[in-house]
Order: sequence, then C-alpha cells, then structure tokens
Amino acid sequence: MELLVASAIGVLTTAGVYLTLRLRTFPVILGMSLLTYAVNVFLFASGRLTIGAPPILSDGATTYTDPLPQALVLTAIVISFGMTAVVVMISLGAYLGSDDDHVDDPIEAAGSEVRK
Amino acid sequence: MTHWIILPIVLPAFLAPFIVLAARYHIGIQRVFSVAGVLALIGLAASLVWQVSDGSVIYYRLSNWAAPFGIVLVGDRLSTLMVLLTAVLALFVLLYAIGSDWDKRGRNFHALFQFQLMGILGAFLTGDIFNLFVFFEILLIASYGLMIHAGGNERLRAGVQYVLFNLIGSTLFLFALGALYAETGTLNMADLAVRVQGVGPEETAGIRIAAVLLLLVFAIKAAVVPLHFWLPSSYAEAPAPVAALFAIMTKVGAYAIIRVYTMIFPPELEATAGLFGVWLLPAALVSLAIGMIGVLAARKLDRLIAFSIIGSMGMVMIAISLFTPEGIAAALYYIVHSTLAGAALFLIADLVRTGRGNLDLTAQPPMAGTYMTAGLFFVGAIAMAGLPPLSGFLGKLLVLDASYDSALMVWVWAIVLGASLISVVGFARAGSVVFWKALGTPETAPVEGTQRPSTLSYAAVGGLFALLIAHTVFAGKVHGYTTEIAAELFAHDTYLSTVLDTPGKLSDAKEGDH
Repeated sequence: MELLVASAIGVLTTAGVYLTLRLRTFPVILGMSLLTYAVNVFLFASGRLTIGAPPILSDGATTYTDPLPQALVLTAIVISFGMTAVVVMISLGAYLGSDDDHVDDPIEAAGSEVRK
Repeated sequence: MTHWIILPIVLPAFLAPFIVLAARYHIGIQRVFSVAGVLALIGLAASLVWQVSDGSVIYYRLSNWAAPFGIVLVGDRLSTLMVLLTAVLALFVLLYAIGSDWDKRGRNFHALFQFQLMGILGAFLTGDIFNLFVFFEILLIASYGLMIHAGGNERLRAGVQYVLFNLIGSTLFLFALGALYAETGTLNMADLAVRVQGVGPEETAGIRIAAVLLLLVFAIKAAVVPLHFWLPSSYAEAPAPVAALFAIMTKVGAYAIIRVYTMIFPPELEATAGLFGVWLLPAALVSLAIGMIGVLAARKLDRLIAFSIIGSMGMVMIAISLFTPEGIAAALYYIVHSTLAGAALFLIADLVRTGRGNLDLTAQPPMAGTYMTAGLFFVGAIAMAGLPPLSGFLGKLLVLDASYDSALMVWVWAIVLGASLISVVGFARAGSVVFWKALGTPETAPVEGTQRPSTLSYAAVGGLFALLIAHTVFAGKVHGYTTEIAAELFAHDTYLSTVLDTPGKLSDAKEGDH
C-alpha cells in the first residue's frame, strides 16, 4: 500500500509540476489542482498509513490512526478549494479583459513600453 | 494567561465582516470604523510591546488546551515589535487610501484591509507552524482581493501571476509541513525545537527536506532571487496604498525565516548546517545587486520602487544569513527602516501619478503639486538608497559591521557598497528626469483627471517620514532593543519553557468516561 500511495503522490506531483510550467492559465490551474491533490494525499500519509483503525477513542479498538493529519488535510482541502476558485475568477477576468490567457507578460506590451 | 494577545487577531476579524455586512454602502462609516480599528490595534500592539519589554514571553492557549496539543499564540519581543510595526504602517497607509480616495475606486477595500491585517498579525503571533500556514493563507487571500482592487486589465494580469506564484508557495509549504510532521509528530514550534534536536544523525532526510522547503517558501515571500519574479509586476500594478501595505508582507517572510531558523533549525544543528552560509547568503547578495540594478534600469517609477524593495530585502537577508546575534539585530533594525521607507516611496509614486497621470520616467511638464512631491521623493530616495542622515545609512552600517567576521566579508562589503552607489545613481536619475527636467519642458494643457494630491495624502507620507526620522534619532535605543531581541532568539529557553511547561487542559475526562 505504501508503494501505491507513494507512486500516486509522485505521479500527481510530476503531472502537476509539468502543467504549472505551461504558458496558459487553464493548464497552469489544472496543474495547481493536481499539486494540491498530491499534497493532500501526502499530508494524509504523514500520520502513517493504517487500515480500518478509528481516529478517536472507541470501545474495543486496539489500534488507532493519527487523527491530526486528517484535520490538517481537511483544512488544506478547504483552503485549496477556495484558492482555486479565486484564481479561476481572477484569470477569467484577466482573459475576458485582454482577450489573452497567457500567464507571462505579453511581448507586444513590453515593446510598446520601449516605444514610449 | 491574559486574553490581550489574541485581540489583535480577533478585532480585525470581527471588524471586517461588520464593515461588509452593516456598512456596505456607506464609505464614511467604513472609514471611521477602519481607522478606529487600526488605532485600537496600535494601542493593543503598544501594550503588548510594553508587556514583553522586560524579556518575558506572553502566550495564549486557545480553548486552554495544553501546548503541544492545542494551538498557542506566543508574543515575545520579536513578534510584538513586528505587530507594532504593522499596526503603525497600517494607520498611515489607511490615511493615504482615504486621502487619495483609493478606497472609493472599488468595493470592500476596508473589509479586505482588515482581513489582511488579521492575517499578518496572526502570522507574527502564532506559535504553531500549521497555524502559520493558515494565517499566510488568510493574508494571501485578502491580498489577492486588494491587489486587483479597482480592476483594470494590467492589474488583473499581474494579479493572476501573483496568485499563481503564491499558490505554488502554499503547496510547497504544505509539503514541508507534511514532511516535518511525519518526522517529528508535532507542529508546535517550541515542541518542534525540542524534537528536531533529538532526531538521530542517520534519520535526518525528512528534516533536511522540510528545512529546505520551508526556506524556499519563506524566500518566495521575502522575494529573494531567484524567487523574486512575482514581485516587480504585482507591486507595480497593485493600487498604491496596497503596494505600501505589501511592504510589510515581504517582511513576514523575513520574520518567518528568523523565527523558524533560530528556533527549530538553529545554526548549530548539524543536519541543516550550511543552509545559510552556502545558499542564502549568496542568494541575498545577488538579490541586492539585481534589485539595485533594476532601480537603475527601470523605465517607470513604480517598477523602480518595486526593484528597490527587492534590493532592500536582499540587504535584510544578507544580515539574517550571517546568523549571528549582531546580524539579526542589524536585520531587525533594517527591517523597520525598509518597511517604512518602501511604503513611503510607493505612496510618493502615487502622488506623482495623481499629479501627472502616468509614471513614465520621461520629461513632462511640471505636475500639480510638483515641489512638495519632489521634496518628499528626495527624502524617500535618500532613505531607500541608504545615504546619511537617515536610518538607511545606519542600517547599512550595522549590516557591514555585523559581516566583519564573515568568511564572505569581502563580497558583502563590495556588493553592499557597489549596490548603494548604483541605487544612488538610479534614484538620482529618476528624480532629475521626473522633477527637475520638468521645469525646462514647455507647459501643455494638463492631462485629464490629474489634480493636486490632497493634504491628507501628503500628511500620511509625512507621517511615515516622521517615523523614519524618529527611527534615526533613537537609533541607539532601537538597536539596543533589537540586540536584546537577537540575544533572546539565540537563547530561547524562556520561550520554550513558557510554552511547554505551563500546565494547561489536557483532557476533560470525567468519571464514567473512558
């Protein structure tokens, strides 16, 4: 199971890093989402992987899983969800305003600055 | 345990929704509450500084849960100093925003401003590293809103870059926290300090990864080369009062580096030794050089100031990465100086924009209010370039003095002095083109929409300069205080024992429960 989880995190991170290095906003946002999925699974695994164990005190339970990473992941999920919504809205505004969805500064604008 | 220390976080947290919900369409009421809130914050911050000025550490356990299990807020001399600096800066920035009507050009400026303050103050006061992440996110999400305040295509484009860069930073932060938790099983900073010491020499892989990732995250915040690319366009495109408030945001990164790397990964820790001398110091030197070359190369006044911020952060990071008590003391003195000077310069750039409609460094006819603005720019440029008699000069002197025993001393001196010269030339060029050459340019009809900046705008900038002058006049006292802070940071037993050894609630178990 460790191997499976570890390689899943690795694949997600690789794809995420590749996509965030693209030039247009949509792939970059997709890449950011993949990276946040990867980090969520990673955080979850930071409390060690245990199967079928309760996180809080229960009758008859002998082993427990670490509850703290689950709380951390919950926080991280909520934050990354909100942040993704914000970045989608801002980049949509930028795209609709200037009819261009590149993340970097446009070369024409730099040229016009020279001409001024 | 007093409740005072949580008030700087709770007050803006309640004020912001109140402004949104109750005073949404009344800019006058918003202004009154916003200014009153910031004044109250200054009072609170001053009382916190006074409480810890004898070297004690105040702390607050949320819900009274004992330290490594519950979240704690901790105020020592370093964090209360930063809180006071933030609150004072916020007051003048807010006065400028009101005086220049920036807060009217879009909605919810004051609410976002309060949320931003909540995030910054929380980041300074928290004693839990995951909580630090949460407060980083609060200050970031408020800053996204402020950054694109008043809209415009250029601003939105710069906003996208800013948001994406910071999202990557947040993701790295989470990876670092996961690695740290997996290795130590705790996220309380004081507890981490104890547990990281106990990690065996053969198991340091996770710790080292976490240390480097955290340094990257904080370096993104502090805009250290090569992680500075987000700063010039976002600070230049942000509304002026927002850019001025952002002057403290880079310092949040510097604060986090000082806090985490004196406490959790101290320089004598073998696993992370060399992180500063080998990596951070050269990066800081390059930051200073690139920032000041950017000052010389900029074609617009706002870019020029953004690059001078990068340069001044380079100076701060040089002092920090020496990692001696003298270095940290010099860094703290310079942090206060460069926050005030950077904020003032961004506001002055906006005075120029108000007067003549653009910020291009070309000769144009004299603007409205040109003499006053020119005088203020002159003072601001002296402060930022680090010429006597203002505190930038003293700060630079302290940094040079602290680097005297460093192995890279020659490099530090050469680059600091060379960069100063370049920045003096850069600021002199900008000032003479914008203000001096204007006098020889034939008058044309004034550009539509330009006007003389309001008196309150000038007063806000003047207030920042008054603080800078006080920072210079009382340099001996301030530096004495920062020296005490630095000594306390390197011998943090009081902090650890206050947080870890004071008993708190462990469990509410009553009879009959488990």
